[in-house]
Amino acid sequence: MSAILPPSERLWWKQPLDRVEGTWILIAFIWCMIMFAMMVGWHIYGKQNLSTETYKTTPEMYTAKAQTVVDKYTVRKETDKQIPVVHPPAGSDVYLIARLWDWWPILELEKDKTYRLHLTSMDYNHGFSLQPVNINIQVVPGYEHVVKVTPNQAGTFSIVCNEYCGIGHANMAGRIYVK
Amino acid sequence: MTTYRTCPRSGLQFESQAEKLILANAVAGVVFLLLGGVLAIGVVLTRWPAVHWLAADTFYLVLTAHGLDMLIFWIIFFEIAVLYFCSSTLLRCRIATPRIAWLGFALMLIGSVTTNVAVFRGGSSVMMTSYVPMMAEPAFYLGLILFAVGALIGCFVFFGTLVVAKAEKTYQGSVSLVTFGAITAAIIAVFTIVSGAIILIPTFLMSVGIVKAVDPLMYRTIWWAFGHSSQQINVAAHISIWYAIAAICFGAKPMSERVSRGAFLLYILFLQLASAHHLLADPGLSTEWKVVNTSYFMYFAVLASMIHGLTIPGAIEVAQRKKGFTKGLFEWLRKAPWGNPVFSGMFISLIGFGFLGGISGVMMGTEQLNMIIHNTIYVPGHFHATVVIGTTLSFMALTYFLIPVLFKREMINPGLAKLQPYLFGLSMYFFVLVMMGAGTLGVPRRHWDLAMGGSPLAYEFPGAAYLMMGLVGIAGLMAITGGAIYIYITVGSLLWGKKLDVGAISQTTVPIPLVPSTLALEGHGSAGFAAPGTFALASVFLVAFVLYYFINWKYLSQVWGLA
Repeated sequence: MSAILPPSERLWWKQPLDRVEGTWILIAFIWCMIMFAMMVGWHIYGKQNLSTETYKTTPEMYTAKAQTVVDKYTVRKETDKQIPVVHPPAGSDVYLIARLWDWWPILELEKDKTYRLHLTSMDYNHGFSLQPVNINIQVVPGYEHVVKVTPNQAGTFSIVCNEYCGIGHANMAGRIYVK
Repeated sequence: MTTYRTCPRSGLQFESQAEKLILANAVAGVVFLLLGGVLAIGVVLTRWPAVHWLAADTFYLVLTAHGLDMLIFWIIFFEIAVLYFCSSTLLRCRIATPRIAWLGFALMLIGSVTTNVAVFRGGSSVMMTSYVPMMAEPAFYLGLILFAVGALIGCFVFFGTLVVAKAEKTYQGSVSLVTFGAITAAIIAVFTIVSGAIILIPTFLMSVGIVKAVDPLMYRTIWWAFGHSSQQINVAAHISIWYAIAAICFGAKPMSERVSRGAFLLYILFLQLASAHHLLADPGLSTEWKVVNTSYFMYFAVLASMIHGLTIPGAIEVAQRKKGFTKGLFEWLRKAPWGNPVFSGMFISLIGFGFLGGISGVMMGTEQLNMIIHNTIYVPGHFHATVVIGTTLSFMALTYFLIPVLFKREMINPGLAKLQPYLFGLSMYFFVLVMMGAGTLGVPRRHWDLAMGGSPLAYEFPGAAYLMMGLVGIAGLMAITGGAIYIYITVGSLLWGKKLDVGAISQTTVPIPLVPSTLALEGHGSAGFAAPGTFALASVFLVAFVLYYFINWKYLSQVWGLA
């Protein structure tokens, strides 16, 4: 009987499997296990894993920390808005502020050096989207996310906001230089 | 007392209360599809960079309304109709508590209108996800809560109807596979709606000033247990519809009840974990939590989908081979009724859902790969493959079956109906592909201006991204045309279609007859290889899946180091 009628065999769970089904289930199961192993294995052997280091924070606390680093390591200012360009030492803590509607400050990093990049939002959710690398991280207000980044190419990189944050969302841009 | 009508065209038996409820819910759904479709014009013509039609505030308003009307209102109204059909009609029983079912319908209608009014007033352009602390008007949340309560009532009427059928012995043995799939959908729906209530009620209280704050990360975690799970209702519902259409068009029986029901059971157990997909790029959640949940506990729900993807065409193949279409691997498929929109819609839906929606979904749901996809336009590319090609196109295909059976009308313009699944489905295929292409170039979702308003630090997107977004616009307009044809045919048939014979009406239900035991013993047997053509197709799918999976890993391995 068809799929819209009750099974004709009362004991339908005893009906034997066709070989097509049995073979496919086995193949699909193995593929699922490979995919699962891949995700776990990349945490052990891969170089791109998102850190989970997170702290609760407030806009005041975070701004104070970011300001200290900006005051210490600003090398020049750019654009009409006089946005500081911060060149922190390799391995240090770097702070990026997401707010309506910009990324502040501009960062200048060195190629193949690792930094502890701190991310949070002052207001709504924002999306850290590094272009053209295409690394995307959610930025949630109240949570300070520490991501270890190691730029592997030199150049000028842009930060686009890819989480809707109101009317100025499309204009929200930031910059990272890698030397 | 209620009456039962036996449709002379399909042999299905409709109870009069259930029939009215199915009709009302389906029509309400189509009205929201129409509204969502009109809004889609604004979305695609703004995201097409050369046109860039709407102003930013209007665009975000229209996008919010488009998401809600399509993803929530159109689909859930239609799903309630499907639930009533799968219980009352397929089990040939009266619907439980029809008055309460109407109350549920009324709440859903009031809720959906309330939320829409809130959005169109302009103060609630917060997107469908409405992440706190960005706030909408209180009416926005209130409408969603009322709608959810109405839908929950619908689910319980469905469960009640199953009890009625069992108690009044309108069938013997187990419920049909399609009803079983509908039960899966309804169970997931209860989980979904409760999650929605848990997070939307405090958010509503926050919007009226009673609650001080809702934690943004808590909101995201629980909201997605609602937002993603509601898409899992769709998966269970449209896969049930695929089984139903295979049965209707070919008389196909499941290859084995055990396998298909087992796959639905895996959905019940693991499918909802996928809400983690949206939180992979979030702070504050542990790696273990992300890995276990995003993989639906070691990909058991992916396994279930891969099983359905084989057993549905497999069942069709077996039925066709019995009819004598046995030449080569694919005669059964070549000789399928491609001119019947019920079948073509279902099959285009199945292939698109698997190849485009399924594969891209697993990519985004892989913890590390998610970082190169999260919140880019790849994401809407993926979910238009699942929700539009998968769910909406299946609902359209089912509608073509229901026009003569439930509406009792002859379809107007069958020639146009023949074309509609191809126009709508194939332009959606293209739409989805170029969207994903743009996503890999970093184009963000929910974004008004690719040029970033000339901001001094603006990223200059590559020319290919502009080209892709232009193609998104063109493909989107083609798909919208396909959607408009569906609405024209459905509403037109309902209003002007020639009235068809209603069929015999009786005071009591005619239970589903027992199957003669000779038929009952018919199985496929374990020694055969009953559906070699389907197996070949499934192998092509697997190769595409594996290749694309590792291409993405290769790409990920080249980006900045992150730890």
